[in-house]
Amino acid sequence: MIAIVDYGMGNVASVSTAFQRLGYDVILTDQQEELKKASHIVLPGVGSFQAAVDEITDRGLRDILIELATEKPFLGICLGMQLLFSTGYEGGETTGLNLIPGKVKKMNTDFLLPHIGWNALNINHAFPSYQRFQGDHVYFVHSYAVETDLRYVVATTDYDKDVTAIVKKGNVTGIQFHPEKSGDIGMDILKTFLQEDSHDNYSSN
Amino acid sequence: MIVKRIIPCLDVKEGKVVKGTNFVSLRELGDPVEMAANYSKEGADELIFLDISATNEGRNTMVDIVKNTARNVFVPFTVGGGVRTIDDVTQLLKAGADKVGMNSAAVANPNLIKEASLRFGSQCVVVAIDAKKFPDGKWHVMTHGGSKDTGMDAIEWAKTAEELGAGELLLTSVDTDGVKDGFDLPLTKAIVETVRIPVIASGGSGSPDHFAEVFAETDVSAALAASIFHENTYSIKEVKETCAKKGVDVREIGLF
Repeated sequence: MIAIVDYGMGNVASVSTAFQRLGYDVILTDQQEELKKASHIVLPGVGSFQAAVDEITDRGLRDILIELATEKPFLGICLGMQLLFSTGYEGGETTGLNLIPGKVKKMNTDFLLPHIGWNALNINHAFPSYQRFQGDHVYFVHSYAVETDLRYVVATTDYDKDVTAIVKKGNVTGIQFHPEKSGDIGMDILKTFLQEDSHDNYSSN
Repeated sequence: MIVKRIIPCLDVKEGKVVKGTNFVSLRELGDPVEMAANYSKEGADELIFLDISATNEGRNTMVDIVKNTARNVFVPFTVGGGVRTIDDVTQLLKAGADKVGMNSAAVANPNLIKEASLRFGSQCVVVAIDAKKFPDGKWHVMTHGGSKDTGMDAIEWAKTAEELGAGELLLTSVDTDGVKDGFDLPLTKAIVETVRIPVIASGGSGSPDHFAEVFAETDVSAALAASIFHENTYSIKEVKETCAKKGVDVREIGLF
């Protein structure tokens, strides 16, 4: 069972459907017990960093999410990916879940913002399981981007500069673009996350 | 690099995709969800539904179509047509639309753009502008399916829409729409050079070359068409192949 964290930020129907299509049972929940029972945690989200952190805190989810991230595969998508980091600057300086060191800042570019559309992935050689996505196009919609240590960066995309697209540290994976809106490639990337992180140290029910 | 987007537009009336440049001779083409899924398989980068239903039943059906599309189509899609209030926007986004398009209602009440972008983010607010060139040398904003002149300068309106929080502009030339002789390059150029948000060009495509042309001649982010895809005159793949051959970056899926 994959638990998608329901904290009121954005539409999650497509994310749920994507995992269901891959053959997984999905629960949309903000209940701690349900999250603890799940095999994987997915943190979606569209909106502003500060509003999202407030929602997570108000629902009493902050500590449990941080704890679960050390125990089982944990995926942040779009804003959910940005929340994995130490500090965000959208809506004022805000502390994130701090699962990966790094900052989330407004993209510094002369290009149009938001960065909307299909852009190609450049994969870091240190992550062989993602290598087959080199050059593949995925769908981005964002104005803020992650600045972090290169050793956590699985993939970047070129939008004036290198923009962080996929990150990974231990159990925790983050995807800046929308895999659930990126056609078959997006589905394959979700599958890669699920397969790569299918080790059995979370099997306690 | 970010690629140029090719977007089929589906006009939906009372739950069916229809075709017809005037409202008298509408012809049913098929099921919206099925057609959307097929276009996405063929390589559409995005889809736009334009609801032209005249009845409340038709509008409610549209919400169901949006829900089913979100479950079956894995590329982004926009829903426009008849969006009047923030409640309409909320309902469509909740049903699973990625973006909502607003046209006449935004002209009548520009605050709708601001309200929607503050509540849901600019990324999901598409302002549709129908423009027509007038003897005064300016492009005027037209409403009511391109039939009513508001007297507003389209360039000024584009700027205002951006300032109010629009995330994208869907620009249709009333002059070239349906003519199939190519997109309106001067209008597209003028709007693209005015704003700092992505612009989707619409109206006038009759062949894959027209897509390549609008991407070569202007900095437009995307181009939209309806009839050339619906009538199977050209496939999305053919349009992309032509664009790629002419040096336009497109998303290549499947075999080229």
